[in-house]
Amino acid sequence: MLKEEAMMSENENLFHVTDGDFDQQILQSNVPALVDFWAAWCGPCRTVGPIVEELADEYKGKVKVAKLDVDANKEVAGKYGVRGIPTLILFKDGQVVDQIVGAVPKSRIKELLDKVS
Amino acid sequence: MQTDLVILGAGPAGLTAGLYASRARIPVVVIEKGLPGGQLTATETVDNYPGFSEAILGVELAQKMEAQARKFGVEIVQAEVKLVTPIDQGFSISTDEGKDFVGRGLILATGASPVKLGIPGELRLAGRGVSYCAVCDGPFFRHMEVAVVGGGDSAVEEACYLTRFASRVHLIHRRDELRAVKEIQERAFAEPKVSIHWNTLPVAVLGEKDVQGLRVRSTLDGSEEVLSVGGIFFYVGLHPNSDGFRNLVDTDERGFVITDSAMACSKPGVFAAGDIRSKILRQISTAVGDGATAAYSAQQYLEGLS
Repeated sequence: MLKEEAMMSENENLFHVTDGDFDQQILQSNVPALVDFWAAWCGPCRTVGPIVEELADEYKGKVKVAKLDVDANKEVAGKYGVRGIPTLILFKDGQVVDQIVGAVPKSRIKELLDKVS
Repeated sequence: MQTDLVILGAGPAGLTAGLYASRARIPVVVIEKGLPGGQLTATETVDNYPGFSEAILGVELAQKMEAQARKFGVEIVQAEVKLVTPIDQGFSISTDEGKDFVGRGLILATGASPVKLGIPGELRLAGRGVSYCAVCDGPFFRHMEVAVVGGGDSAVEEACYLTRFASRVHLIHRRDELRAVKEIQERAFAEPKVSIHWNTLPVAVLGEKDVQGLRVRSTLDGSEEVLSVGGIFFYVGLHPNSDGFRNLVDTDERGFVITDSAMACSKPGVFAAGDIRSKILRQISTAVGDGATAAYSAQQYLEGLS
């Protein structure tokens, strides 16, 4: 039904992480990682979704870009205190570097990524 | 890129303007910083848009409006507008993506955003319990007490919506009666989980890492109390997304763009539609009306040029 779900599987540079593989995929990532905390019921998440897809391509090899469905993965969302979505959290060497809450323009997210890549 | 008409914003007003312009065979581009739909995407259900006798999801209505506009050939470009400059041929629009556009006519339909009150703790705890979108964040507050600040349609409607998740919803309102339409008020009065705090102002959001409470003050006797809430939703009004246009067109004292009844702004060739306009009622139904009128007026303006 929703466009984002249909588009999700197409991009091979965009990772989908879960409570189960978050440590390995994000905290132990060799490159900085950007995680988009989202859910199907969140309209503004659909604003950020396509931007995150584009960034996954543009920063390929420099920043690992991933999505995490907060509905299915409450443990990670809870651990990082996420109580509002969309939230984007940037990780480097297993630590939180910065985060953005709410739907923001692509240029703002790029500023964040350019600091670490 | 050169075109006849550039529309800024793809909410209900911008999409309707695009639809009407495209059907009039005016070359048109709509520039949207996010995805089409505007505030609709942050609305749970829409009960008052004619034609949908069963409530429709905000997101679904947005997608239908977008599909209809695209069906008639409207091009929607995703970019954030940085600068609008009047030039000899019309208006030059530069964007953050480096793509620039030139239009002979321009429709401003960038809408409005929730006002931030700016009380202590509010901005610091945004996304950590402070929210401006109940649809986005409501499910994080299952079995918790939450507060909603405001007394208009959005505030009261979202307070009712939040009862699906929260154990109790405190509606904080500065006056002794609500501004919301009666039908919505009646729903709130009938909802046992909603407690209304009349004549009450929010003073500070409390909490270190996340929201632990809201300090409120009575406007009657100045007494204060702390509500132990884990979430606070602010619905205290709208701020026009007109910051980039205030040198281009006249605005009212709050920054909303002033138009005549044909949606024409003070600058010839510029029109405005939807929530960005200075007007008395901001609804989806009034936005689409504005959009249709603005497209028609722009068409007449463009025909007058050639």
